[in-house]
Amino acid sequence: MEILVCVKRVPTVGGAITLTADSRAIDTRASGFAISPHEECAVEEAVRLAGRFGGAVTVVSLGPAEAEEQLRGCLALGASAAVLVETAAGAETGPMATAAALHSVAAAGAFDLILLGNEASDTGGYQVGIRLAHLLGWPAATGAKAITVADDGLSLLASRSYRGVTEAFTLPLPCVVTVKEGINLPRYPSLPGRLRAKRAAVKRIPVAADGPVPAGDFRMTRLRVPDAPRKQATVLGQGSAAVPALVAVLAELGVIS
Amino acid sequence: MTVWCLVELDGDAVADASLRALTLARGLLPDTAAGSGVAAVVFGAPPLGDLAAYGAADVYVVSGVDGYAPRAWARVLAGLLGPAAESTGAGRTGGPRPAVVAAGTEHGNEVLAHLGAITGLPMAANCVAVSASGGGKLDLVRQRWAGLLLEEAVLDAPAALLTVATDAVAPAPATAAGAAVVHEISAAVSDADLLVRAVESPGGPSGVSLATARVVVGGGRGVGSAEGFAPLEELAELLGGVVGVSRVVTSEGWRPHSMQVGQTGTKITPDLYLACGISGAIQHFAGCSGARHIIAINTDASAPMMTRADYAVVGDLHEVLPALVKALRDRV
Ligand SMILES: Cc1cc2nc3c(=O)[nH]c(=O)nc-3n(C[C@H](O)[C@H](O)[C@H](O)COP(=O)(O)OP(=O)(O)OC[C@H]3O[C@@H](n4cnc5c(N)ncnc54)[C@H](O)[C@@H]3O)c2cc1C
Ligand SMILES: Nc1ncnc2c1ncn2[C@@H]1O[C@H](COP(=O)(O)O)[C@@H](O)[C@H]1O
Repeated sequence: MEILVCVKRVPTVGGAITLTADSRAIDTRASGFAISPHEECAVEEAVRLAGRFGGAVTVVSLGPAEAEEQLRGCLALGASAAVLVETAAGAETGPMATAAALHSVAAAGAFDLILLGNEASDTGGYQVGIRLAHLLGWPAATGAKAITVADDGLSLLASRSYRGVTEAFTLPLPCVVTVKEGINLPRYPSLPGRLRAKRAAVKRIPVAADGPVPAGDFRMTRLRVPDAPRKQATVLGQGSAAVPALVAVLAELGVIS
Repeated sequence: MTVWCLVELDGDAVADASLRALTLARGLLPDTAAGSGVAAVVFGAPPLGDLAAYGAADVYVVSGVDGYAPRAWARVLAGLLGPAAESTGAGRTGGPRPAVVAAGTEHGNEVLAHLGAITGLPMAANCVAVSASGGGKLDLVRQRWAGLLLEEAVLDAPAALLTVATDAVAPAPATAAGAAVVHEISAAVSDADLLVRAVESPGGPSGVSLATARVVVGGGRGVGSAEGFAPLEELAELLGGVVGVSRVVTSEGWRPHSMQVGQTGTKITPDLYLACGISGAIQHFAGCSGARHIIAINTDASAPMMTRADYAVVGDLHEVLPALVKALRDRV
């Protein structure tokens, strides 16, 4: 089974989000970068499926040259090939253009399954997987918390829970499935995996200049951190000496009678 | 010009997230168009009273699609939107343009992404505010990073496809009820549109009790091990609540992901969140900022969870929690 996994390089924001002076991007001078937890799980799921059915896992990212770092991280987890569709530094590519670029890579291979995250953790567009599926003419399922591929490898069952109900979707292969964290527990990269990833080749291709003309324009003008209500925590005390005060607060909040 | 709103049902009622979508959708109607209203689209039995109260002038009741089939639902919306969506570039009028609005739920986001792919239109997920900016354009504000960051944007498209964040726009009935005139339509969809459809079964692993619990006792890396959760579970039981955890806890395999609170876990809205050994990363706050009160227990008084809580106890949770459990047991 040939599997393609799409991963996006995003900043790892920890305690707070700081913006650049023009408020058009996150200030990443002090932050690291990673792929989203959903996508880590997509890579893990792909590696497990390839282990069971044979075949290889290819990872693809649309992003700046530095996204090679994230692709190598995926190689260390067991992917065997990586493709970087390189964009100019600092450029933000919208979901439609992203899907088109990923489509060019997907269509050039012979994949049975394409996995993505349900949503990118930074922009949260909730659509690249579905747009990619339409470009390929393949069926799609989203938000999967479990994927079961039939023994014959011809179809799969993708399921999730929604409003307390389990929804199961059966899809013939080839298909596109977007997944959510929790579908599996991703492994840590092994030392041999990391060494292999260091030496592996990452194929770089430039992003196509003439994408499809979209039927509309969506343009970010500015980013803004919402105001958090500023609270001043009341310190109830140190260690178990704080317990009587803690009990009093629980009673005051009506949590205990 | 019509503003369509895909309405989801929760049992016999309009889903809360769809009430929010209807509220935002109404704001897209031009004030001048007297008697105009939102056109609700429902796959199922329409709760007409609620729809009228939320300003639905028309209610399109769709038959011919059995259950949830995202691409088929999108195809129906594309049919209703009609040729309006196809006029690109120069064909656009300067006046108000049609829109399709849905809730920012798994279903709403999924159906609108399909609609975006079918029509070639941009889709903006999880909007929190929208207003006309002249020339048929829309100014909108949408959530990034699960609401930790807001994006201001301009949408210039023949039709607007928007979903509405489930936790930002407060549901508000219309000042004047809509007529809620029912139009029965049958779906014109292909077999390919119906290929992917949900087969539903009850229950399964879900974050339901965590999402709705009145008290959540949270545990993070500071708990130290799977076994370390014993006092948290005991306390949760005493308080009639449940245990929630940080991502470190699920990554370590100490507890399953269904218990994770945060951006990629469950959003909780308890009366009390008692966060123990959790630093308070913003992705964790994305899931617990809806808590009415937060008490933090942490060895580090400067951890963000400690400074953003209502009450803080500086100390080792393995000392404080057993003492608290004992004190609560001694009370009765
Ligand atoms: C895209 C993305 C999505 C994410 N989604 C989520 C999410 O959904 N949920 C989530 O939780 N995280 C999420 N994270 C991870 C998040 O950034 C943090 O890494 C995580 O929340 C930290 O967990 P923690 O607070 O348990 O651990 P730490 O940050 O390591 O904090 C542990 C805390 O415990 C305290 N402590 C240690 N020992 C004790 C003791 N004995 N008694 C009391 N206190 C003690 C320490 O002082 C410290 O403050 C996400 C990250 C990314 C990049
Ligand atoms: N630049 C990118 N490169 C590779 N994959 C991407 C990129 N952007 C988005 N994706 C994939 O599409 C998913 C959904 O993204 P979005 O629709 O933008 O929220 C992500 O979780 C990724 O798997």
